[in-house]
Amino acid sequence: MKRIYVNEEYCIGCRLCEVHCLVQHSQSKKIIKAYKEEAPQLMPRLVFEEEGPLSFAMPCRHCVDAPCLDACITGAMHRDEDTEAVLCDEDRCVGCWMCVMACPFGAIQRNLKGTKAASKCDLCYGEEMPACVAHCPNEALTFEER
Amino acid sequence: MRYAIIGNSAAAVGAVEAIREHDAENPITVISDETHHVYSRPLVCHLLGELVDEERMYYRPLDFYEQHQVEPMLGVRATGIDTQAKTVSLAGGGTVSYDRLLLTVGSKPFVPPVEGIDLDGVFTFTKWEDAQKIDRYIRDHDVQSALIVGGGLIGMKAVKALMARGLRLTVVELADRILSTSFDRTASKLAESILRRAGAEVITGTTVKEIVGKEGGGIDHAVLRDGEVIDCDLVIFGIGVRPNLDLILPDPEKNTGIKVNRGIVVDAHMQTSVPDVYAAGDCVETYDMILEVERPIAIWPHATRQGHVAGCNMAGVEKTYEGGFPMNSEDIAGVPTIAVGLTDPQENRDEYEIIEKYDRAAQTYKRLVLHRNRLVGAICVGDIDRAGIYTGLIRDQVDVTPFKEHLLSGSFGLISLPKEYRKHMVIGEGIVV
Repeated sequence: MKRIYVNEEYCIGCRLCEVHCLVQHSQSKKIIKAYKEEAPQLMPRLVFEEEGPLSFAMPCRHCVDAPCLDACITGAMHRDEDTEAVLCDEDRCVGCWMCVMACPFGAIQRNLKGTKAASKCDLCYGEEMPACVAHCPNEALTFEER
Repeated sequence: MRYAIIGNSAAAVGAVEAIREHDAENPITVISDETHHVYSRPLVCHLLGELVDEERMYYRPLDFYEQHQVEPMLGVRATGIDTQAKTVSLAGGGTVSYDRLLLTVGSKPFVPPVEGIDLDGVFTFTKWEDAQKIDRYIRDHDVQSALIVGGGLIGMKAVKALMARGLRLTVVELADRILSTSFDRTASKLAESILRRAGAEVITGTTVKEIVGKEGGGIDHAVLRDGEVIDCDLVIFGIGVRPNLDLILPDPEKNTGIKVNRGIVVDAHMQTSVPDVYAAGDCVETYDMILEVERPIAIWPHATRQGHVAGCNMAGVEKTYEGGFPMNSEDIAGVPTIAVGLTDPQENRDEYEIIEKYDRAAQTYKRLVLHRNRLVGAICVGDIDRAGIYTGLIRDQVDVTPFKEHLLSGSFGLISLPKEYRKHMVIGEGIVV
């Protein structure tokens, strides 16, 4: 399957990945509206890390053998049959945070202000290219089959 | 070729899904004494607490059995296994024959011999049916208060449920602190203070000696070992669980030949000592990667994984189970907590290095346990974000020497890890557990 790959050497720390992730997952899909009206219930579904000159975005790896799938007690976390992406059905999630405990990438976050559910990358379900990759100005994020 | 699975929870589902990945045709029969479609046992406390409705109890879509071509035999109890004839006998007569059998018979709550244990109003708390019985009892008897016996993880689940129902709670724990098997003393004491602040009474270092009924039915009070009297309308035993060995325990009448120690003994393929009989989940003992012993670790993620491994092997595709270690994520009166691995070593304590951070103002606590510069245990109370990175470091036995001082820093993340390890993680096609 196609995955998002992270090339930390090319990341310039602009954080446009976070911005466009949030906008893509907003109701309005408009940057001003999303940030003024929909945040902070919305949050970027990737984790951005930065320390000194080094930075990178960390979206879910959609692991072949995903520990979050084993850990989920509700069945909310599931593998999509069509895309093979690991998705979280936020309506079923009860916020037990077993997935937060299990994910070795720390790529699953708690959305405490909005859904109260686990928040993670869905590869921008239905889009050809995830928004973070599409808007990365320096190809620090790529979407490809390796 | 016929597959039979006894049990219908996490391990059974893991196995069904694995079998169907590799074998689309041969029949699978699932035998369960419960009548429910596959549901989530950990959500039983959410159901009792009215935090989820019945529809959300189901762990898989309602067409799971059809989708996976499973013949479910629900509400049917398996009473014996004939490993020679390869049949499972059923209560009420009849047998199911198999070529490969999987035992996912789970665990049973441990209940100590206490006077008054058989009274109406005394419950254990692991199944859907238990939640229904307790719910009915609370409604029918105008229950206002409850005594929870056991301050471990099951006790905490009972607290979550009954606190949500607005009951006045007392938790009594035999050890000198609650959560003594997953937490260290500091985390336990913090958890106790969180519970007390939320209105529960916590009594440690003693347990219940007698439960006294009311004339005309119901509970009047409980008496602790030291004579203290606890007024309560309901008693829940949540001391712990033990592997359910009812079907397997060697007894001259129904000796299955399946080797049992503290749990059912299995190899790395999750096969028991009897060929073509596999076992997975709470009923087995498996390798504890940290303590380096075989023992039962009754947690959901292991059951799912073991079921998956068993299912692959049953379908003829070799897969091994590497072992695991305890890990739990538990909400304590609204405060998230995570405990992974060996969090409070008791033996050879001088071999371990402990790093801790306790923020009294924020009421957060983190504790990491290192052994020869490898992380072996972690506790997070209050702040659990990115705790899974610790879990990964424990599993991969990574030497943390180069970034030890960053482990508890606020900005700790993958960025703190050595470049090679980080690259290995993010460039690989996906980790394999």
